[in-house]
Amino acid sequence: MGTRDCRHICGESSPAIGEAGKTGEWRESFPVIDLKKCVVAKQNKPACFLCWLYCPDAVITKTIPIQIDMEYCKGCGICAQICPAHAITMVHEQGLCLDDMD
Amino acid sequence: MAKRGGIRILDGNHAAAQGAKLSRVQVIAAYPITPQSPVTERLSEFVEKGELDAQYVAVESEHSALAVCTSASTVGARTFTATSSHGLAYMHEMLHWAAGARLPVVLACVNRAIGAPWNVLNDQQDSVSQRDTGWIQIYARNNQEILDSIIQAYKIAESVYVPVMVCYDGFVLSHTEMPVNVPSQEDVDRFLPPYTPHTILDPANPRNYNLVTFANPRVNAEGVLCHGYMELRYLLQEALQNSRETIIKVGQEFGEVFGRSYSNTLWTDRLDDADTIIVAMGSLVMEATVAADTLREAGHKVGVLGLRVFRPFPKADVVKALEKSRLIVVFDKNISYGLEGATCSEIKSALYGSSLRAAIRNFIVGLGGRDVKARELVDAVNRSLASVKEGDLTREYPEWICAI
Repeated sequence: MGTRDCRHICGESSPAIGEAGKTGEWRESFPVIDLKKCVVAKQNKPACFLCWLYCPDAVITKTIPIQIDMEYCKGCGICAQICPAHAITMVHEQGLCLDDMD
Repeated sequence: MAKRGGIRILDGNHAAAQGAKLSRVQVIAAYPITPQSPVTERLSEFVEKGELDAQYVAVESEHSALAVCTSASTVGARTFTATSSHGLAYMHEMLHWAAGARLPVVLACVNRAIGAPWNVLNDQQDSVSQRDTGWIQIYARNNQEILDSIIQAYKIAESVYVPVMVCYDGFVLSHTEMPVNVPSQEDVDRFLPPYTPHTILDPANPRNYNLVTFANPRVNAEGVLCHGYMELRYLLQEALQNSRETIIKVGQEFGEVFGRSYSNTLWTDRLDDADTIIVAMGSLVMEATVAADTLREAGHKVGVLGLRVFRPFPKADVVKALEKSRLIVVFDKNISYGLEGATCSEIKSALYGSSLRAAIRNFIVGLGGRDVKARELVDAVNRSLASVKEGDLTREYPEWICAI
């Protein structure tokens, strides 16, 4: 089946979740959050939310506790870098922690 | 019945500005450059005096001029820009963009040589260098054709959603006054319907246009399989392949309303019995016609083939027009360095696979405003006639008509 049925003649899309496909499939490593270290979770009230602020794909919620949408998390690791409590660790998709690969 | 237009004495730039005005352009963005500047001056005067209800956007560069036009076209405005030479080169990126986004922008290219060294005079290197950007290119032989082609360009562009470049020779036409029939607004309105965009930016129905598009097709959020980059580029090629029919249809409709028909991609003169055919593009076609007169007087059966439409290249029309020829002499005001003149290459390419075995000679003429005299064309054709021997169909490189 060809692509003519979309009836577009230039690049076109709606601003909608999933418009570029399940971008989480691009991921090579995923963030694992340790709620015992996360400031928001520990204090059980709104706190730093730096991971929510810095996430370039807006897949982290500003909730207690935070939640990460793994369908669209591309695994960039910015949340792990920015977390002041070192509560987020990037784990390789096959289960190997990136830190172990050095 | 056509309401009679008025004959006025106009230079090519004024004819172009009149064409844009009569087409009721809504957004104009252009940056002045010799020899195009009077086009921008005229249009800004029209807007300033309230004679043209358009936004004139003053920009800081040609790149921005075309960026304004593509943006305005996306939201549904009829847009116009004009440039020359280095300005067109500076637009290069946005030329690709306008075509890829399928926006019916119309651009008047006042053909000028390109540096180095600096030169403000005429040749066609600027627009020929942009032939692969996906624009339709139409060349005018005189000022009437400039005005008429711009009005037609909107109807063509807005039918096939491909931008159109109307090219005319700097100074030779841009600064030369000649009688031009300026149609009535009423007739132009009858000929040219308002622009119906295929894109529209509407806060109530937000869309992304021309965002990052991957190599492969993708299923969008609504579950519809959408084009990848390559499919979209195929559609641009398909649109140009199919645009010949629209160009001719629009030319015929123009003739019905205004009495001047443009129902061919080519201009032909005395081809019926010609065994020698001169090929040229733009105002050089008129010079070639004068040369053909002289050659006919000397007993040679010479005709002229003028390329009106350079993209899409009218291969089948060219082959048909040349089918009786034994010698084709192509004059190019451009060169693809290391090979030959662009129109010569394209004619050779068009003839491949046909049964025609005519000799082809290519002459590079008129670069950087070097005057092209009809007698020089006559000499070149005479030399070519003398050189044609059995089997000597082509030459490796073109001959230059200059003092070297």
